[in-house]
Amino acid sequence: MVSPSVTNATRDDPHVELSRVRMAFGDREVFRSVSCRFRRGRISVVLGGSGSGKSTVLRLIGGLVRPQAGSIRVDGDDILQRSERQMYPIRKKLGMMFQDGALLDSMTVFENLAFPLREHTAGSKAEIAAAVRASLDAVGLSRVDDLLPGQLSGGMVKRVALARAIILRPIILLCDEPFSGLDPISVKLIEGLLVRVNRQLHATVIIVSHHIASTMRMADNVILLLPDGTIDGTAEELRRSTDPRVVAFLNEDADVPAPAADARW
Amino acid sequence: MVTPVEDLGWSATRFVVDLGRLALFGFQVVRAALAPPLRVRRFVQEVFKLGVLSLIIISVCGLAVGMVLSLQGYNTLVRFGAEQSLGAVVGLSLIRELGPVLTALLATGRAGSATTAEIGTMVATEQLDALRMMSVDPVDLVVTPRALAMVFVMPLLAALFIVFGLFGGYLVGVGLMGVDPGAYMSSLQSAVDFRDDVVGGLLKALIFGVLVGLIATYRGFTAAPTSAGVGAATTSTVVVASVSILIFDYVITALWGA
Repeated sequence: MVSPSVTNATRDDPHVELSRVRMAFGDREVFRSVSCRFRRGRISVVLGGSGSGKSTVLRLIGGLVRPQAGSIRVDGDDILQRSERQMYPIRKKLGMMFQDGALLDSMTVFENLAFPLREHTAGSKAEIAAAVRASLDAVGLSRVDDLLPGQLSGGMVKRVALARAIILRPIILLCDEPFSGLDPISVKLIEGLLVRVNRQLHATVIIVSHHIASTMRMADNVILLLPDGTIDGTAEELRRSTDPRVVAFLNEDADVPAPAADARW
Repeated sequence: MVTPVEDLGWSATRFVVDLGRLALFGFQVVRAALAPPLRVRRFVQEVFKLGVLSLIIISVCGLAVGMVLSLQGYNTLVRFGAEQSLGAVVGLSLIRELGPVLTALLATGRAGSATTAEIGTMVATEQLDALRMMSVDPVDLVVTPRALAMVFVMPLLAALFIVFGLFGGYLVGVGLMGVDPGAYMSSLQSAVDFRDDVVGGLLKALIFGVLVGLIATYRGFTAAPTSAGVGAATTSTVVVASVSILIFDYVITALWGA
């Protein structure tokens, strides 16, 4: 089992850092110059409107996409200097919970969780089975081992995805919209699980979300992604902010263009 | 006047770029096949999916093609009093051309399109990204076992197609048209050369296996992550692989004959 890395770094060190990152897909520019820091051992939430590039931030940190300019440091490594194959050792420090789970649909829940252990540890069958059971217990799931991902509810998929993301004890956990499509009880459940991962594994948790209530409850640090840059601070600082863009976003009354008067359904 | 020329230029450039990417992709597959871990279990699963599940369609089509070949061959040969050579006509047609080519086309339609759709769906649902995030190379885990299985099963399926084709030809020629069984078998035996015909035919099937395996996995791997993208990639696999099979068939026949 991989254990969390212990370094001399303090909790306020940036564990992940993006500097002047420009990202575009073809002609479509996602953001021109984004800089932000995610502190070690903290829960950071990236907020922003649809299409603002929130999920792209996570994909950049994971090295799944490459920016046109800027630099990205993950646990001290400049990942843009690394090839795809050289990224694999870095990614062993990361766990990622995808928006729709991204569970391997040809495998059962048990196999999905056992898969990273089989690939990266030398554990026996019994040890792997015990680790899978422990992870499922930790996310409050039982008797789902033999089910395929297609047989799970949305909330269960999120929990299995979280269990898989943390099974190798990552030091950085990336979560893409962990609360989307969930009922309020499931939101609270996932929120509690993410806080436990942060407290018990001492993992840096980076969450991309639209869910303002959860963000305000759990975030140590909030980064608001705007078309012309970022605004960051603690949840409390953002709540007290008088910046009209922050106020509009937090009050969910951003200036939305009204439909044309003669619009027809 | 400039625009059509520009379009032609762009199309030519895209074609060359695509060929280059396919070659690089092929290199990645070979590298993954040679480097540990060897994913034997996955390979066997794919052989089952691509090969064993194609047995019925290959057998039925082989039988039907052999029967119609025998019928047409008999009707032509009988005009010249050469119906005793029916075994040679059916055998050579099946072993040299129809066996490998039709098997490859059938495998493209059944197994190649399924491979593209499967990998394309994994792209669209971020499963390949999830593998990357788990430090697992998707080319190694998802692509290589499927491509190798296609190369492995194609000659075996072609051999099966040929055997059923010969049997179908025998049934119609001997059973229906009254050709002497001994004459049918002896003309078949004397006309077919092991190196030139049998080895040549199976070598063709092997090359078609490489083509279909590479095109199907590449199209799936590079599919746009939408349902329309997966559909387009699947169609593209069938079209590109089928045309490539027919073009390569001519090239291999010309080179092997020379």
